[in-house]
Amino acid sequence: MSFDLDLTKRLGETEIACRIVADAGLTVLFGPSGAGKTSVLNMVAGLTAPDAGHVRVGGETLFDGAAGIDVPVAERRAGYVFQEARLFPHLRVRANLLYGCRGDGGLDVDETIALLGIAHLLDRWPRTLSGGEARRVAIGRALLSDPRFLLLDEPLSSLDRARREEIMALIERLRDAVRMPILMVTHDRDEATRLGTRVVGI
Amino acid sequence: MLAPAEWGIVLLSLRVGGVAVLACLPVAFALAWLLARGRFPGKLLLDGLVHLPLAVPPVVTGWLLLLAFAPGGPIGGWLESWFGVSVLFRWTGAAIASAVMALPLMVRAMRLSIEAVDRRLEQAAATLGAGRWRVFASVTLPLSLPGVLAGAVLGFARALGEFGATITFVSSVPGETQTLPLAIYAALQLPGGEGQVLRLAGISVLLSLGALLASEIIARRAGRGLHVL
Repeated sequence: MSFDLDLTKRLGETEIACRIVADAGLTVLFGPSGAGKTSVLNMVAGLTAPDAGHVRVGGETLFDGAAGIDVPVAERRAGYVFQEARLFPHLRVRANLLYGCRGDGGLDVDETIALLGIAHLLDRWPRTLSGGEARRVAIGRALLSDPRFLLLDEPLSSLDRARREEIMALIERLRDAVRMPILMVTHDRDEATRLGTRVVGI
Repeated sequence: MLAPAEWGIVLLSLRVGGVAVLACLPVAFALAWLLARGRFPGKLLLDGLVHLPLAVPPVVTGWLLLLAFAPGGPIGGWLESWFGVSVLFRWTGAAIASAVMALPLMVRAMRLSIEAVDRRLEQAAATLGAGRWRVFASVTLPLSLPGVLAGAVLGFARALGEFGATITFVSSVPGETQTLPLAIYAALQLPGGEGQVLRLAGISVLLSLGALLASEIIARRAGRGLHVL
């Protein structure tokens, strides 16, 4: 069981309710904007506390309202790629990539950098990057933090066609070879059907 | 140029201002942090108290300091019995008066810069495994640093100009508590002191202008997303 979510959350006027029980692979959260897809990712990452329910990933309980369990964000080891890159503006690309590095385990640093095609960006400041470049660095930063699962919020938007293809291949590899549980939000039906092991509407 | 005694006044002013700002810095940052991020009852009251020296006449602030630090006062009595020291008529007292007067300006600048830090970056750091302290030290502090420095420089400029609270609290003792503004005032009282007034006033203007320009440059660089360090 990779994701076992049962969440309710009231945010202003909107009521978010989400139940997902997903086996290994990539689960796509699909739905209109404003439905609270990003909020679900935030609750799985621990950035927002659900009003009730539970979050279990890979058999580990990260949140359980009834049992009073709420694992701190920093200990959940979510590889969260936000919709905006959220790179640290005061650190160069290299320092951004290595921010969450735990030393051993996980993906090889050089290999990941090569895979994302960002080797030439290492000494640049984030504000000098294009949208696509920043996105790739953000993906690399999440992967290098040796996450136990991935949360991807529209990871392929703002990428050009060639780069999109490469990132899709990378996500497929993580899904099939590394067998990392992935929860992904997208608007794009093609992405959903190609990458998703299953698609959950919200 | 300046006579040796006048150089002494300038150096004393710089020392008083420098010590005041350095001592004030951690307190101001902690207060700014509380006001920017804290949620607690009495926050409005704390905000008011911090800004009080900006609103009340400096002479009142000086008088309140005098009450607190007098040998029988709450702080003065404690200093006397534990350390056997008194700050009255000492340059340390002048530094305390300057620090209290500089505090509101420093807290204001720092609070704004802490509030301007993008919380989403802190969230990103947390998902990457950074605990509270690491998030603070590696994201919040460096990103708010320009404002903190600008606030410190502004506080320094304010400390250099301190007059009312200082003269009320520690009087105007040449060589000990007589900083630039106090020396200028004293020189004005003397017949034939115009030359000295002119020189000291000129130095005052130059120092303050330098501090304000530095503060402005730091703030501008920060506004463009550049790095001050």
